[in-house]
Amino acid sequence: MSWVELWVAFQTILTKEIRRFMRIWPQTLVPPVITVTLYFIIFGNLIGSRIGPMDGFNYMEFVVPGLIMMGVITNSYSNVVSSFFGAKFQHSIEELLVSPVPSWVVLAGFVLGGVARGLAVGLIVTLMSLFFTQLQVTNMGLTIAVVFLTSVLFSIFGLINAVFANNFDDISIIPTFVLTPLIYLGGVFYSVSLLPEFWATVSKFNPILYMVNAFRYGVLGVSDISVSFALSMIVLFIVAAFSFALYLLNTGKRIRT
Amino acid sequence: MSSTPALSISNLSKVYDNGFAALKGIDLQVEQGDFFALLGPNGAGKSTTIGIICSLVQKSGGSVKVFDYDIDHDFPLAKKQLGVVPQEFNFNHFEKVRDILVTQAGYYGLPRQLAEQRADKYMQLLDIDDKAGQQARTLSGGMKRRLMIARALVHEPRLLILDEPTAGVDIELRRSMWEFLQRVNGEGTTIILTTHYLEEAESLCRNIAIIDEGKIIQNSSMRSLLRQASLESFVIDVQESLPAKLGLDRFSAQRLDDHSLEVTIEKGAMNELFIALNECGIHVLSLRNKTNRLEELFVGLLEENDRRQEQNNAVNGDAA
Repeated sequence: MSWVELWVAFQTILTKEIRRFMRIWPQTLVPPVITVTLYFIIFGNLIGSRIGPMDGFNYMEFVVPGLIMMGVITNSYSNVVSSFFGAKFQHSIEELLVSPVPSWVVLAGFVLGGVARGLAVGLIVTLMSLFFTQLQVTNMGLTIAVVFLTSVLFSIFGLINAVFANNFDDISIIPTFVLTPLIYLGGVFYSVSLLPEFWATVSKFNPILYMVNAFRYGVLGVSDISVSFALSMIVLFIVAAFSFALYLLNTGKRIRT
Repeated sequence: MSSTPALSISNLSKVYDNGFAALKGIDLQVEQGDFFALLGPNGAGKSTTIGIICSLVQKSGGSVKVFDYDIDHDFPLAKKQLGVVPQEFNFNHFEKVRDILVTQAGYYGLPRQLAEQRADKYMQLLDIDDKAGQQARTLSGGMKRRLMIARALVHEPRLLILDEPTAGVDIELRRSMWEFLQRVNGEGTTIILTTHYLEEAESLCRNIAIIDEGKIIQNSSMRSLLRQASLESFVIDVQESLPAKLGLDRFSAQRLDDHSLEVTIEKGAMNELFIALNECGIHVLSLRNKTNRLEELFVGLLEENDRRQEQNNAVNGDAA
């Protein structure tokens, strides 16, 4: 395929992905907004007002970047895992498999579809947060880079999960038993500096800690860990996950018989 | 006719993970412009063959070329030549009909405007244009079949493969599909058809391959295959009640009721039959061919293949 045809194919996949989550917006865009708004009210406003400052900021200011990242991560992941598994389940993935679209374009299309939903939810949550606190972004470039890269990474993870999934249980196991605990223990609601040394060290094996802290640094200018190290980790994870996902698509594992 | 075949399969084999050998080294060639039937009983390897051609199934060995493009080495070019209508509905049931077609065209790199034109063209040709804005799940079975054909044609492939396209479709729609496919073939598209309706294959296809237990057991023109059929059965309706003794001893004749009988004759004996009927004072009202010649041959070939297989097994068993 020529570059123009590849671009058309990529746009087609991306448009289809965006159309899918927009068509079912009550399932895709509304629930995360309601959930995060409840977090704002309960943890930020009601309980947060009784908690002292965290890293020099009041609790609401501290928790907002983490909650935005939580929305971005879970929605990027769930968009790709449900869309790709749905296509596998209905066999509509065969439309792509019989076409001349190379695997890397398929991967890029699905991943950018996940990023589109992750960023849409992130934007809505950010706008909601303005009802509860003033947000002043310290480093806009870094903030956008971190949220974009994180969204890319979790979209790829979603696709890998979908490739291996055999039924609908398999696409909820990872988000429930892996993703949610990692997010909650990734410094969304607290600074790891509050943890005993042992648990602070354990936390450093949690990749989400780096993403939340890098994003928080972009917004508030404070972080528990080195931002350059966090960015390097995210990029490294993306390269590894992208390569693995591409290998799965190229070899047709769990997709072709 | 160009020398490059539309499809060239060489020594193709497929062994599934459970050890089942679905294809045992088949060779097949389909010429450009042909309307080709690939027949076989359930589980013979037809769908596996089609799956390999369109990359849904990974082959274990051999090679496949579509218009001389190898599906392994020139896969984008090979796939561009191909349109596939699979057995099962495999579109997103929640997408709208027009969106399914435009999206499929986009996968082949067709710019949006052209993709929309093609979608409208094929919706109109297949008479589903009034359903353009409906979700695919709301369509009837026949309309879903037509949507699948439209989707396979939207990038205007040179080779169209149809895996049982008329399964579960009523006779009226089936015949309109036949006419449509004949028109598509007449415009130069090579068509490969698998079907369980042998009448369909007999009336549409010029060449035929029969596959059984992963091997091609017959590959010839439809005409030469049908020539092999030596006996034909006819049902004859007569004007007056049939006499108690038919007097058609030279033929295998059987009374069905007072006004109809079934006669089996050797090919070319039709005149003799009519003379005999005339001599018996039987006035023919109408006559219809009862047997589907292809069906008889098909069943015969499969039975012969089974017998050969059993003999081979017995010989191998003895040797062991």
